[in-house]
Amino acid sequence: MSRSTIRSGDPKKVSTDLFCLTYGSLVSQLLKDSDTPEDVNKQLERMGYNIGLRLVEDFLAKTASPRCLDFKDVAEKIQSAFKMYAGITPSIVNWSSASDEFSLVLDNNPLIESVELPDNLLNLKYCNILPGIIRGALEMVQIEVNAWFVQDYLKGDATTELRVKFIKKLEEALPPGED
Amino acid sequence: MVIYSVLIISKSGGLIYHFDCYSVDTEIEKTLSFPLDLKLEYINQRITVTFGQRDGIKVGFALLAINGEDVNGRKLGDKDVLDEILNNEENYPINLKFGIPKLTTNEKIVLASMFHSMYAIAALQIQAPKNKDGSKSKSSCSGIEVLETDNFRLNCFQTLTGVKFIIISDLSPINPGSKESLLRKIYELYADYALKNPFYSLEMPIRCELFDSNLQTLLEQHEKTGVTTM
Repeated sequence: MSRSTIRSGDPKKVSTDLFCLTYGSLVSQLLKDSDTPEDVNKQLERMGYNIGLRLVEDFLAKTASPRCLDFKDVAEKIQSAFKMYAGITPSIVNWSSASDEFSLVLDNNPLIESVELPDNLLNLKYCNILPGIIRGALEMVQIEVNAWFVQDYLKGDATTELRVKFIKKLEEALPPGED
Repeated sequence: MVIYSVLIISKSGGLIYHFDCYSVDTEIEKTLSFPLDLKLEYINQRITVTFGQRDGIKVGFALLAINGEDVNGRKLGDKDVLDEILNNEENYPINLKFGIPKLTTNEKIVLASMFHSMYAIAALQIQAPKNKDGSKSKSSCSGIEVLETDNFRLNCFQTLTGVKFIIISDLSPINPGSKESLLRKIYELYADYALKNPFYSLEMPIRCELFDSNLQTLLEQHEKTGVTTM
């Protein structure tokens, strides 16, 4: 997000190509630096987590949204965050009966716009930064979740499906004086 | 409306940012003769006027300098101010400078964590009030949002992640809602210029020039127009 665009009143407009290519070079560099694709998955998740910790403040500052009171709220917030930061609106599907688990279906995911996975990298979760971001961001608002891919377009599935599971509310980290 | 300072307190109660925009100049210099008609005492590592207000030197002022030389705690050079200098008639007439002492960084950190705890105490629900229909009201109270004294007002805004943004300003009554929007704008600046700086680590003091300069622009603008548009 460049500074000049913030001032001109446009909250964010940057070419998807640039975003996609930068991410691509990050992943390929990680592949060069580590031994196995599994390592890269882990690295990406960790990087995403650290991004999430910071990104959530940006989201809260710009949307002034109130605290989520149920997991449906959380799902909608994540959806609007995807709209804000990636320019796509994933659909929320496959709720578990206890309403503690849902899937985000990402059609036209900007991260994979021009990507094909070579055969030797079938273990690589190319977009593994996304579950990390979700986990980190929710942890900052005292919600612990698990997030993982169940379907991956790059591996021949029809679409990309990201599953999010609620684990617990982090009461001990709740700041006092919350409405 | 004049804003005196802006503070940011982290989730754990540490002061991570403070910015003093405006300070009232209270310093006053007087040449005095023996015996001194002010009562001075050593309180909180400062020589403080405790009694005998005169010529603008008020109770609570600290002794800042003697004959142009800065006082350091109880000492001036290697001499004890109270015992060796002020009690010695040979040193008179003497030129003394008084003023409201500036808070040191350590004191600011202490005050910030004190406010953090006060905020938490305020948020405790001491008596659970019941609504008319018998249901319990909200599960907890919010903390301190506004704190007013006879010469300043403190506005506090806590984010969902637990960071507190505080502005201390004068008591001008115009447009009370403008403080909340100003605090939100400061939050946006924090998200943009502190958190997006890859060299800033979370929960640590903010030392980012871009944040400083943008905050300054925001405050200047706010002071001029009384509204926040950015």
